[in-house]
Amino acid sequence: MADLRTEAKFDLSVPELEKKAKQLRRHVVTMIATAGSGHPGGSLSAADIVTALYFKVLRHDPKNPQWPDRDRFVLSKGHVAPILYAALAECGYFPVEELSTLRKLGSRLQGHTDRTLTPGVEMSAGSLGQGLSFGIGIALASRLDKRDYHVYVLLGDGECEEGQVWEAAMSAPHFKIDNLTAIVDHNGIQLDGKCCDIMGLDSLADKWRAFNWHVIEIDGHDMKQVLQALEEAGKTKLRPTAIIAHTVKGKGVSFMENNVNFHGKAPNAQETEIALKELA
Amino acid sequence: MTDYADLSTREAYGKILVELSKEHKDIVVLDADLSSSTMTKYFAQEFPERFIECGLQEQNMMSIAAGLAATGKIPFASTFAVFASCRCFDQVRVSIAQPHLNVKIVATHGGITVGEDGASHHAIEDLALYCSLPGFNVIVPADAIETVEVIKAAVVTEGPFYVRLGRPKFPTVYKDGYRFNLGRAVIMRKGKDATVIACGVMVSKALEAADKLASQGVNCLVLNMPTLKPLDEAAVIAAAIQTGAIVVAEEHLIHGGLGSRVAQVVAREKPVPINFIGINDVYTKSGKPDELLQQRGLTAEAIEQAVRAAIKKKSAG
Repeated sequence: MADLRTEAKFDLSVPELEKKAKQLRRHVVTMIATAGSGHPGGSLSAADIVTALYFKVLRHDPKNPQWPDRDRFVLSKGHVAPILYAALAECGYFPVEELSTLRKLGSRLQGHTDRTLTPGVEMSAGSLGQGLSFGIGIALASRLDKRDYHVYVLLGDGECEEGQVWEAAMSAPHFKIDNLTAIVDHNGIQLDGKCCDIMGLDSLADKWRAFNWHVIEIDGHDMKQVLQALEEAGKTKLRPTAIIAHTVKGKGVSFMENNVNFHGKAPNAQETEIALKELA
Repeated sequence: MTDYADLSTREAYGKILVELSKEHKDIVVLDADLSSSTMTKYFAQEFPERFIECGLQEQNMMSIAAGLAATGKIPFASTFAVFASCRCFDQVRVSIAQPHLNVKIVATHGGITVGEDGASHHAIEDLALYCSLPGFNVIVPADAIETVEVIKAAVVTEGPFYVRLGRPKFPTVYKDGYRFNLGRAVIMRKGKDATVIACGVMVSKALEAADKLASQGVNCLVLNMPTLKPLDEAAVIAAAIQTGAIVVAEEHLIHGGLGSRVAQVVAREKPVPINFIGINDVYTKSGKPDELLQQRGLTAEAIEQAVRAAIKKKSAG
């Protein structure tokens, strides 16, 4: 229930959110450059959505990551862990300095999310397609426990090629779950190339509609549209909401934008310098 | 009070689950369109609000179960053993095993005693798959009474479980009053000449073989090994030291299941001859359960011969 979110500790304005998103993008570039490997493209395309959730929409408390009434953010496309880590660190779940340990031996910040290690991470992911089902489990538990939290699941568009996504998409409306929102980061590019060349997805919105979801299509980089869509999702009753967020892979760094090479490659020192300048 | 002794293991599971769920309000049950066969239908009738029918979506079911466990529920996810293992292994690995979530997978129709349905429905790889997952508890009860005790233990023991049950009724090997200890072998017969280690339906056949051998002056130590993982290594080592020859019997491929696990411990600590009773690297076909067990050498007679052969190897060594 959106109107009960008085406990929210993060309530940034749209300009503040835009600024925060830029800061998270800088973290992403620095972290992946330091690690020497990782997935910048999808982290940058999801940055505005993740920022809106953690700094405005989610009811959460970094000092109490296990708070039973917290809203849940489930990152299904686990390879964009850096954008989640950046948000969690900026919220205060763990020190920002720890971001430099990404992917290193002994780090709490694994290459793909690990719920047993990182405060604030809800799901261990990395094998695509499982997060929406996991989110359904959390939403079904809320019904039994009579809690009013909302579950947000972020999926990639390439991820929607996995069959399990459609099992979950079929079941959530069947279970009449309405405290669940699937957000598809529709950046149009996956590891091997453009999604339309690798495995045609169109029309994603029609597919979710056909599975009985309330569907909202937005520009995933327009903060106002992102907030409006999330608000509408929170108010939708009797069925879950799918937000198809049209985004740009690598958004914010000119040479990474729509560049398939930066799906899963770290920038070198020179590229990092340019990227950070562009994100200043 | 239900008299469990005369039930199949899956029937016993369905009944005890209802009993335990009256007290344990966090138990939720998931099934994939097989509740009339896995016997979770009893739970569905008693607690419809806590029963989640997942339809024919085993992958979805396992990740939903993980989400429920992450929220403090005790999910029991049931389907046939072939589907609970091979159909959704990646979901079990990533959603459940890696985060070590408290999900109880209780699979029925294990092994080849499924019978007439044929190869696609004969679960002969499931134990190897589940034993390969770090942190999983893997259990094969021998009869209905042991099943009841295993399910009780699964409810109160934190962590992921795979419990494999059967389709037909297994011969009863326990009396009321039996208490299951997770990770502990049970001495069913004492003997010094050889050891037979078995699980599931093969326990009754091991006892039959041991009794026959005893009447001929060959005394076998018989261990029921319901917990494949974590394995009771101490019991295996003691058996190797005390008897010097081992036969392992299981309703599974001879590779990757109980036999392999026993052999690894024996090879490391006290090498002695071991013979293996199980399915030898083939897929099985349709037939009646007993015909299939006979055809594949999963019989008391085969165990008896394997014991004699193992003793011969021991003497030759």
